[in-house]
Amino acid sequence: MANKRSLRQKMPERPPEERKYDFNEVSKGLTPEQALIEAERCLECKKPKCVAGCPVQVDIPGFIRLIKQKKFTEAADKIKENNFFPAVCGRVCPQENQCEKHCVLAIKEQSVAVGYLERFAADYVRDNIKNDIPAEIKENGIKIAIVGAGPAGLACAGALRLKGYRVTIYEALHKTGGVLTYGIPAFRLPKEIVDNEVAYLQKIGVHIKCNWVIGKIKTIDQLLNKEGFKAVFIASGAGFPSFMEIPGENLNFVYSANEFLTRINLMKAYADYDTPIEVGKRVAVIGGGNTAMDAARAALRLGPDVVYLIYRRSKKEMPARLEEIHHAQAEGIKFIFLTSPVRYESDEHHNVNKVVCLKMKLNEPDESGRRRPVPIKGSEFEIEIDSAVVAIGTHSNPIIPESTPDLPLNKWGYIVADETGKTPKDGVFAGGDIVSGAATVIEAMGAGKTAAESIHKYLTGQK
Amino acid sequence: MFLIVKKEQIAQSNYSYWIKAPDIAFAYKAGQFLILRINEKGERIPLTIVDTDLRDGLIRIIFSVVGKSSYNLSMLNEGDTILDVVGPLGMPTHIEQFGHAVIVGGGVGIAPVYPIAKEIKNKGNVLTSILGGRTKELVILRSELKKISEKLIIVTDDGALGEKGLVTDPLNKMIEQGVKIDFVLAVGPLVMMSAVSELTRKYGIKTMVSLNTMMVDGTGMCGCCRCTVDGKTRFACVHGPEFDGHKVDFKEIMQRQKMFYKQEAKFFNQVKEQKNG
Ligand SMILES: Cc1cc2nc3c(=O)[nH]c(=O)nc-3n(C[C@H](O)[C@H](O)[C@H](O)COP(=O)(O)OP(=O)(O)OC[C@H]3O[C@@H](n4cnc5c(N)ncnc54)[C@H](O)[C@@H]3O)c2cc1C
Ligand SMILES: Cc1cc2nc3c(=O)[nH]c(=O)nc-3n(C[C@H](O)[C@H](O)[C@H](O)COP(=O)(O)OP(=O)(O)OC[C@H]3O[C@@H](n4cnc5c(N)ncnc54)[C@H](O)[C@@H]3O)c2cc1C
Ligand code: SF4
Ligand code: SF4
Ligand code: FES
Repeated sequence: MANKRSLRQKMPERPPEERKYDFNEVSKGLTPEQALIEAERCLECKKPKCVAGCPVQVDIPGFIRLIKQKKFTEAADKIKENNFFPAVCGRVCPQENQCEKHCVLAIKEQSVAVGYLERFAADYVRDNIKNDIPAEIKENGIKIAIVGAGPAGLACAGALRLKGYRVTIYEALHKTGGVLTYGIPAFRLPKEIVDNEVAYLQKIGVHIKCNWVIGKIKTIDQLLNKEGFKAVFIASGAGFPSFMEIPGENLNFVYSANEFLTRINLMKAYADYDTPIEVGKRVAVIGGGNTAMDAARAALRLGPDVVYLIYRRSKKEMPARLEEIHHAQAEGIKFIFLTSPVRYESDEHHNVNKVVCLKMKLNEPDESGRRRPVPIKGSEFEIEIDSAVVAIGTHSNPIIPESTPDLPLNKWGYIVADETGKTPKDGVFAGGDIVSGAATVIEAMGAGKTAAESIHKYLTGQK
Repeated sequence: MFLIVKKEQIAQSNYSYWIKAPDIAFAYKAGQFLILRINEKGERIPLTIVDTDLRDGLIRIIFSVVGKSSYNLSMLNEGDTILDVVGPLGMPTHIEQFGHAVIVGGGVGIAPVYPIAKEIKNKGNVLTSILGGRTKELVILRSELKKISEKLIIVTDDGALGEKGLVTDPLNKMIEQGVKIDFVLAVGPLVMMSAVSELTRKYGIKTMVSLNTMMVDGTGMCGCCRCTVDGKTRFACVHGPEFDGHKVDFKEIMQRQKMFYKQEAKFFNQVKEQKNG
C-alpha cells in the first residue's frame, strides 16, 4: 500500500530571490490537480486522529472526501461548519503541531497536507463562486456586544448572528482583523482574505464599529446596563508588548515587534503612506516565535543589507512554525542561536548602533519542557546594527480590567473564564488571547465559537 | 467620518477645530486625548481634547503645524471630514482640592492645560495661570484662561504681553516670595516641562507634566510611546499622558522625539519647493 501512495504534494512557492523584495504572498496554493492527488492520500480513517488534533474538530476526512469528488464548494462548507475562516487557517495554523501531527500517515510516511487542502477549498470558492448568498437569518432582536475584531471576536459574531442575534463588534483600531491585520504580514496572509471574511459577516448583518476603545468611550458595565446589550464577549487579545528591560532598549530605532509590524501591515509604511519606518542597513530581530519570524521577514523586504535573528536557545526549541523558519532561512535571514542581548549602544544622536550580547548554553529542561538557556561568563560580543526589533512576547492590556473592577483576573492579568467562555461576572464572556495568553488563530476562533454557544445557552436558559 | 464644524486660525500656524463626535464628547474627562487619521494614507496623530460642547456633540482640538500630518490637517476646511477619530484615550487628570494650584502652559501646550485648569477651578482650588510663548500671538486661549484664573501671568520672549523671559521666571519669583503652592501642572515643550520640574523638585512641590511622546495606536499595543518614569518603562498612552514630573526621564523622551526628524525635514523642503516652483 504505502509505496503506491503518492508523495505529499509540495506547496508551490515564489522563489526566494523574487519574493524577498515585495509583500505579495509567498505560497501560491495547490493547483486543482495537486489538490486531487493530495486528497487521494487520505485514508478517511474511521476514528480520525487528525480531527482530535484540531482545536475546533474540523471534519477532516469528510471535507477531503468531498475534494476527491471534486465538490469543492461543499468541501469548503463542510470545513466552515467548525471553522469560519478556512482561507485564514489553511495559511496560518501550525498544522504540524495540530491536525497533521496526529495524522496516521505521519508515522510511516508524511502526513496528509490538511492545511493545504483546507486553503485550496476556501480559495477555490472565493475565486470561483461569485455570490455566496447569506443564509436566511431568523431575527430574535437580542443585542450582544463583542469587544475586539480579531479571530475570537469575529468567530463569535458570526456564530451568534447565524442564531439571529443583533451583534455589534467594537474595535479599537481603524481596521478589523486584530493580529490578522496588524501583526501577520501580507506575504503570509494577504489582507484581502481577512477583508473578505469580514465583508461576509457584514453582509449577514453584523455591525462593526471601528475606533471604539471599550473601557474608554464606553465601559463593559455601560454596554450591559445602559446600551441594552444582554451579554458582552471580550476578545481584546493580548497585545501589550513586553520588553527585556535592558539598558538602551528605549534608544531610537529599537522597536517592539508590534510597533514595527503595525507600522508596516496596518499603516503600510513601506508603500506611499505617511507613517515612517526606517531600518537602515543592518537589522537585529530578537526572539524565536512567529512574531520574530514575521518581523525579520518584513524587515528584509524594506531592503537592508542584512537581517539577524537573535535567539537565546537553539533552532530545535524555536516556537515559530517550521515552515516559517524555512522560509526565513531561504530568504537569507542570518540566524544567531544561543545568544541573548544584554544592552544596546548608540551613536551621538541616540540612534542605536550596536547590540551587545552574551553567548548562552542550554541547561536541563525547565517546566515548559524546553532546555533553559544560561549565559556563558565572559562570552560578551557585539553586533553592529542600525535598528532592532524586540519580539519577546506580549502580555495583557490593562484598559478593560481597569474600567471593569469586578472582572476577576488571574495572576498574569488575563481574564478568568471557564471552558465555555463564561466569566464570574454576570453577562460577561471572554475568550481568545485575553483569556489564554498568546496562543493561535484557530484556538482564538474556537474560543469565540464556544462562547457563542455559551451565550446562547445563558440567554435561553438552557443548561 | 467626522465632520469639521468650525475652523479658526488662532495664531500663526495654530488652528482650532470643533469636530462632531458626540460619543467621544460624552465620555471625555479633562486630561484625555484622541488619535486621528485624516485619510486612508494618513498617519495616526495624537491631540489633546481641549473642550467639548455636549449640546451639539462637539469636541475641540487645537494644534500647531510641525510636520506633514499636522500640515495636512491644517489644510482641511469647515465641512470637510476626518476619516478616523478615536478617543477619549489616556487617563484623566487626577484633580483634588489641592488649595493653590499653578498651571504652566507653553506654546501649543496651553491647549491641553485649559480643560485641566477648568476642572481644577471647578473643584474649588485657587488657580494661578502662567502662560508662555515666543511671541504674543502664540500665547493662545488668553481670554479663556483669564476668566477662570485668580491670577494670570504671561511671559513672552519679547515681553510684548507683560513679562519678558521664560515661564520658570515668574514661578521662581512666586516661590521665593513665599507664596504657598500646593500643586503644579506643566504642559508644553519638553525642555519647559523639564525646567519646571527641576525648579519645583527643590521645594518638594508636587508637579505633573503631560508627555507628548510619539504614538501609533494609543491603546497600549505598540509600545512606541514608552518612556522611563521612576526607572520603569511606562506607556504614555495608557499609564499617562500625565506623570509625576520629578520622576520622568526627559532626556530620553527628547532623544526619541528626534527619531524621524530627517524624514519630516524632507517633507517641509518638498512643500517649500512646491511653493517656490
Ligand atoms: C506577529 C504574529 C504572528 C502570528 N502568527 C500566527 C500564526 O502563524 N498562526 C497562528 O495560529 N497564530 C499566530 N499568531 C497568534 C494569533 O495571531 C493570536 O493568537 C490570535 O490573533 C488571537 O486572537 P484574538 O481574537 O484573541 O486577539 P487579537 O487578534 O489580538 O484581536 C484583538 C482585537 O481586539 C482589539 N481590542 C483590544 N482592546 C480593545 C478594547 N479595549 N476595545 C475594543 N477593541 C479592543 C484589538 O485592537 C484587536 O483588533 C501570531 C501572532 C502575532 C502577533
Ligand atoms: C497625548 C498627546 C497630546 C498632544 N496634544 C497636542 C495638542 O493638543 N496640540 C498639538 O499641537 N500637538 C499635540 N501633541 C503633539 C502632536 O501629536 C504632534 O505635534 C503631531 O503628531 C505632529 O505630527 P506631524 O506629522 O505634523 O509631525 P511629525 O511628523 O510627528 O513631526 C514633526 C516634527 O515635530 C517633532 N515632533 C513630533 N512629535 C512631537 C511632539 N509630540 N512634540 C514636539 N515635537 C514633536 C518631530 O521631531 C519633527 O521634527 C500631542 C501629543 C500627545 C502624545
Ligand atoms: S483548522 Fe487548523 S488545525 Fe484544524 S484542520 Fe484546519 S488547519 Fe488543521
Ligand atoms: S488521520 Fe490522516 S489519513 Fe486519517 S483521516 Fe486524518 S488526514 Fe486522513
Ligand atoms: S501608542 Fe502604542 S502603546 Fe502607546
